[in-house]
Amino acid sequence: MQHKVIDTQDVVIRFAGDSGDGMQLTGTLFADASALYGNEISTFPDYPAEIRAPHGTVSGVSGFQVHVGSIEINTPGDFCDVLVAMNPAALKANAKWAKPTATIIVDTDTFDEAGIVRAGFKTLDPVTELKVEDRNIIYSPITTLTKESLKDSGMDNKAIIRCKNMFTLGMCFFMFNRPLEFTYAYLEKKFKKKPQLIEPNKKVLFDGFNYASNIHAIANTYTIQPARQEKGTYRNISGNQATAWGLIAASEKSGVPLFCGSYPITPATAILEELAIHKNLGVKTLQAEDEIAGICTAIGAAYAGNFAVTTTSGPGLSLKSEALGLAMITELPLVLVDVQRSGPSTGIPTKTEQTDLNQALYGRNGECPIAIIAAHSPSHCFDAAFYAGKYAMEHMMPVILLTEGFLGNGSEPWKIPSMKDYPAIKPPFIDSCEGQYKPYQRNPETFARYWAVPGKAGLEHRVGGLEKNTEGVISSDPLNHEKMCAERAEKVARLANYIPDQEVIGDKKGEILIVGWGGTFGHLYTAVKEFHAEGKSVSLAHFDFINPLPKNTAEIFGNFKKIIVCELNSGHFVDYLRAKLPQFKYMQYNKVQGQPFIVKEIVDAVNNIL
Amino acid sequence: MKYTAQDFKSNQEVRWCPGCGDHAVLASLQRALPEVCEALGYTKERFVFVSGIGCSSRLPYYMNTFGFHSIHGRATAISTGMKVANPTLTIWQATGDGDALAIGGNHFIHAIRRNIDINIVLFNNQIYGLTKGQYSPTSKLGAITKTSPYGTVEHPFTPGALVLGARGTFFARSLDSEINLNKEIFVAAAKHDGTSVTEMLVNCVIFNDGAHATISDRENREDRTITLRHGQPMIFGKNKDKGLILDGQKLKVVKIGENGITEKDILVHDATTVETGIHSLLIEMKYPEYPVALGIIRDVKDMTYDDNVRDQLLEVKSKSTITCMDELLHSGATWEVK
Repeated sequence: MQHKVIDTQDVVIRFAGDSGDGMQLTGTLFADASALYGNEISTFPDYPAEIRAPHGTVSGVSGFQVHVGSIEINTPGDFCDVLVAMNPAALKANAKWAKPTATIIVDTDTFDEAGIVRAGFKTLDPVTELKVEDRNIIYSPITTLTKESLKDSGMDNKAIIRCKNMFTLGMCFFMFNRPLEFTYAYLEKKFKKKPQLIEPNKKVLFDGFNYASNIHAIANTYTIQPARQEKGTYRNISGNQATAWGLIAASEKSGVPLFCGSYPITPATAILEELAIHKNLGVKTLQAEDEIAGICTAIGAAYAGNFAVTTTSGPGLSLKSEALGLAMITELPLVLVDVQRSGPSTGIPTKTEQTDLNQALYGRNGECPIAIIAAHSPSHCFDAAFYAGKYAMEHMMPVILLTEGFLGNGSEPWKIPSMKDYPAIKPPFIDSCEGQYKPYQRNPETFARYWAVPGKAGLEHRVGGLEKNTEGVISSDPLNHEKMCAERAEKVARLANYIPDQEVIGDKKGEILIVGWGGTFGHLYTAVKEFHAEGKSVSLAHFDFINPLPKNTAEIFGNFKKIIVCELNSGHFVDYLRAKLPQFKYMQYNKVQGQPFIVKEIVDAVNNIL
Repeated sequence: MKYTAQDFKSNQEVRWCPGCGDHAVLASLQRALPEVCEALGYTKERFVFVSGIGCSSRLPYYMNTFGFHSIHGRATAISTGMKVANPTLTIWQATGDGDALAIGGNHFIHAIRRNIDINIVLFNNQIYGLTKGQYSPTSKLGAITKTSPYGTVEHPFTPGALVLGARGTFFARSLDSEINLNKEIFVAAAKHDGTSVTEMLVNCVIFNDGAHATISDRENREDRTITLRHGQPMIFGKNKDKGLILDGQKLKVVKIGENGITEKDILVHDATTVETGIHSLLIEMKYPEYPVALGIIRDVKDMTYDDNVRDQLLEVKSKSTITCMDELLHSGATWEVK
């Protein structure tokens, strides 16, 4: 039995089991309890596309990683301090993520010959075969203990076995000195309609806690003090929930009712689900018959005067392309949220990537530039969605909000903002006009046209996908077409006058500038902090605004000797920068594995060019 | 305010081919809407005309109302969003057999299933006109077109059957040139709560001239079509001497006065019955075995999507304790850092 001292500033725990073992819930409950305790957290669900993949196989392993700390936490962590492996396949799939000092909890009941063979081991000794015998391995008969704990509960065997994740959670709560109250409260709420399940679940959680304290296998427990966070009220929030709330916030600020037309797609569905709850705030959701109807109902709603939203992921963005062009040429406000996932085609639906940027930038017929905003953390999805709504409505155009599966499913504590601190949203509604209404007359500053909502006498007009002149009459006149294309592009370009300047983290002038965008922020920022700790001049410019780019972008780039653009694709943003700002030389670091960066690979990549 | 047809005419030049059946449908609509306004107390600015792509989809430009000429097949989805977003609008949709039944088939059936309160006018000329003469989902089996030089090898849709299959609550059929009947249908469609589908059999003079001629020729029209009216016996023919009876599970054409048949034996049309049986038989009637059914075949009451959305919103609102964003932000589990 080895005794290890683990850094108590931060701990990474990875829960892994069969996709039916409830690992996502276990991880979420651990994360929520830690957040409520006052720790910084960051989570990363890593699950297969199959709801119930073949039992006991590596392809069916579902994982949930949570990083808990008393210090600032920006990533779910690269490698884990504690790995929970509910079966041999989970151990096989995740052993590579265990630090050399890691503690590994295994359910020995599942490590029988059949289980080991099903996981594809060559020998009957998985621990040796995986070369993890030097880790602190806690062998516990979790299934047996759960059955024992609940033998008098009146539950059937199947239901009892489903509770083994709660037993495991109890063990982890003991190891990390987490209070049980938060989870008790959760269970009471969850099983409000099945009260007979409340006590058994509490019992098995408590028994797991006591078991861990009674066995001597766990020599050390770890205390992670609450983080020194800014004063205020906090809550835990996932990226998809924050996106939904940011959209509702934009609706409230503008006074324009929110309409979301959408079609379920992984990993974006949770936004539609979240919006569907909030009818109390006037939110209308329409689950359409397909992706195209999702965006088209939204376009209809925009014409009729609602704040229109459609949510999707990569394949859905492909299907929505033509309609997105329609929203662009009719100059109607629309927010399209793309929670990016691994592609092309169906790709690896549950895995994260940034491979839709090219599609967002260029994926339409004709001259069709569209504003693009990217969210950089789960809680930042709120602001990103709010501003996407503000710019869409005030500038009368579709805005693509890019988030990622990593952000959408990930969660973190969030200091709750106050709506009074957000700017007003003033869409350019028009109530009357003199003479015939001209639908494509523009505001000379923003180049936005006006929003003439049906129902207002005297403003009758027609819009559509056919090219028109300012008066709204169909026109195939060559010079009119060129003028209208230029005006629509100019409107998008002028958004640069309204977005904030790009910020630089670290020295404003120096050796190396790391450039990133979207959900890689946490990893890039953590890497930069490591360089700063070593006294190295490495700065970070992380872009929330992709199109248009902030106006000071060139100025920033000019202050650094080397620029390295890091992104989870083959180089979409770097190619865009090369086209937009060709005066600079760019290096790039790319990863297309359906996985987030790990901090170490960024550090290594930058060290290679230092 | 009292309107005339003139109020609904836009200042834009109508660009359909001379002799195209669409002209007559447009005129019927422009004549029907003043009556709709009078009957329902509507003002002109609440009308929105939505369309997809195709010859008939140019219609919104010719109506002096709000209009949205969208993309191929998607008008139904756009109309749906409009109505849900702003239920005070009166939405009319112009669509063709290709637009509604081929590329837009999915949206078409789902709008009908939801029974969203929009009025769909389906211009069925059994051909793709704007792309210059390819077969459509309603072209007759064997139709020779540019993309079927040896004849089509697929069955056409019967649009009304599709409407019934999708739980449709209103279906009417007419001929482009039947301006008075069209007007009557459009007024009823406007009064109907839910999706109304009016199939207009229109003639494409250029690419499919005479597609409906066997039934639409003035000479034979009365003998080869039957105009159904709710509560009236199903009698037709130049001499009003033919009728429909139920023979087993089929309809049968009979002559009044022959084989002891009197007017009392003739079926009476009930457009309001929820049962689809007779409606389905009427919709499927084809010449020469039967007269082709015109008029309002089905007009039944059912809940509408837009009403249900509104009611649910109000109900949830009345029960919720969260009334604004700040309250939502602070709902659920939160903690204080001091």
